[in-house]
Amino acid sequence: MRWGLVNAVMLIGLVAFPFWALAADEPFMITLATRAVILALAAVGLNIALGWGGLVSLGHAAFFGIGGYAMGILASHAQGYTPLMEWPFLIEGTKSMPVIWLVAVLASALAALGIGMLSLRTTGVYFIMITLAFGQMLYYFAISWTAYGGEDGVSIYVRNGFPGLNTLVPVEFYGLCLGVLLGVLALNAAVIHSPFGLALNAARQSPDRVRTVGLDPRRLQLAAFVLSGAITGLAGALFADLNRFVSPSMLSWQMSGEIMIFVILGGTARLFGPVVGAVVFVALEHSLGGLSEYWHVFLGALLLLIVLFARGGLIGLVAGRGGGS
Amino acid sequence: MTLDETSPMPLALLAEQVLNGLQFGVMLFLMAAGLTLIFGVMGLINLAHGSLYMIGAFAAASVAGATGSFLLALVAAMTAAAVAGALVELVVIRRLYARDHLDQVLATFALILIFSEGTRWVFGSFPLYLDIPDMLSGPVTLPGGIEYPRYRLALIGIGLTVALGLGLLITRTRLGIRIRAGENDREMIAALGVDISRLYTIVFALGAALAGLAGALVGAIQSVQVGMGEPVLILAFVVIVIGGIGSIKGALVGAILVGLTDTLGGIFLPSLFRLFLDPSSAANAGASLASMAIYILMAAVLIWRPTGLFGARG
Repeated sequence: MRWGLVNAVMLIGLVAFPFWALAADEPFMITLATRAVILALAAVGLNIALGWGGLVSLGHAAFFGIGGYAMGILASHAQGYTPLMEWPFLIEGTKSMPVIWLVAVLASALAALGIGMLSLRTTGVYFIMITLAFGQMLYYFAISWTAYGGEDGVSIYVRNGFPGLNTLVPVEFYGLCLGVLLGVLALNAAVIHSPFGLALNAARQSPDRVRTVGLDPRRLQLAAFVLSGAITGLAGALFADLNRFVSPSMLSWQMSGEIMIFVILGGTARLFGPVVGAVVFVALEHSLGGLSEYWHVFLGALLLLIVLFARGGLIGLVAGRGGGS
Repeated sequence: MTLDETSPMPLALLAEQVLNGLQFGVMLFLMAAGLTLIFGVMGLINLAHGSLYMIGAFAAASVAGATGSFLLALVAAMTAAAVAGALVELVVIRRLYARDHLDQVLATFALILIFSEGTRWVFGSFPLYLDIPDMLSGPVTLPGGIEYPRYRLALIGIGLTVALGLGLLITRTRLGIRIRAGENDREMIAALGVDISRLYTIVFALGAALAGLAGALVGAIQSVQVGMGEPVLILAFVVIVIGGIGSIKGALVGAILVGLTDTLGGIFLPSLFRLFLDPSSAANAGASLASMAIYILMAAVLIWRPTGLFGARG
């Protein structure tokens, strides 16, 4: 039951936070919270592959970056009034978030399908390395892709719009991002309790038994990988919109490592694990970053202690290790 | 310089680029050999191997700055990296052998953060420079009239010598027998009375010393700075995955393959694209593909042989 409590506290905290920030007249805190919510979304995506699928992907920055570039490319064409392509049919840029999200999700799902099909031929440490390699491949591609800024990336002047909201107001954009996160968490909960989710869980724990009942564990894992990549891609589009900027750094392997840290910090295969991880990470970044320029030393030490002594992450520490999600 | 009108320049260019690729490859081998040994014997993914490379380079730059001796700098690099490696093994890595790869990736990622920011704390953000020793500076003329930097040629020689030495160590010495036995069956050699935890510390320190040596040697042609280890680390991973994790021979073949692909791809892919594209898009497409070439090579090898060229275990 402590599970439910942790989740409920997290949920109430996220919803109540902007009211506190507005009351305390700390508008910057809302931007910081938006960052945490978006990074949480990216980690929720990875958690599906990593936590439930058992697929240790060190290349999820690829999908995060694809989502980011989907935003950057569409919005930069819209602001420059230049069509994306004219032949064989006309495609124009857009400043509408729902369209951008759709493109980000489709593009990253497609990339995850390709990368997943090739990578799932391997297992264990080879899987970690091949996903890392695909991430690096896209990273170097983005650096040498001069049409969209190369190493400098793409900036847009004004944040994209969402029907019925003024996304330039920080608290409205926060609400939108939180809405997306909660929607995806609900989807995540539905998926893991569905027959597919149960089969995926079984494929992680005992692929042979799954095979004997007539299911193909690799296809289950591929489906999880695609879903996982699509969600991380959506987060990438939001992240680029938050910063009004996308650059190859979103595709870097350090980004993959950070997304993985959010998941582990919070607790793998826990519904709210990635949310706790991302919120704690952003809070640490903000508070330690204010204390010392070299805050990564302390972050590293903390991370080391968690891996060595607190298996199951922060949620595991608070709520105990037992089942439930 | 005598330039024969009839001799085609591209041949000299090709020879020079092949040597550059070879030099890059043998330096990658020094990194990859330690990684692959550590994975083969202990089953550990060590992301912090790049930090040991960086420690070697910083130790070399400091000692060379203080004493002016390049040889002392190399000794310092290997010693500092080996000591750091042994310490890390005793304090942290030791607790990770029984864990899954995910925990290993995270803990060693945490070590990178600590080492990188710690080094920045001590040495600052500005790069240090390590000079090439006078004895090895300047060009040397090779058969066929090709001029090539003496230092880079020395790097190839050092790399190949270390490869040979490591091969002999593994196949001919008692330590090598224990390392190979440790790869095959660690319970059995522990039962036969080999102090397995000491063996692990030694292997880790050996790998670290090689990484430190590579850092110092490469530090003299590039600048010595925080974060220099990670790009090389990722390439070394590509190398051992191509070669097959745990195989020294695979690491050597993989390293030279990656070194040649990277160097030659950067030169020849743009010219290849010029055959059927206009010059500016050829340069762009060629550069894009060249920067991705080694990852494409790795993906291709893994799809063809999921455990690498010489690998047996998954």
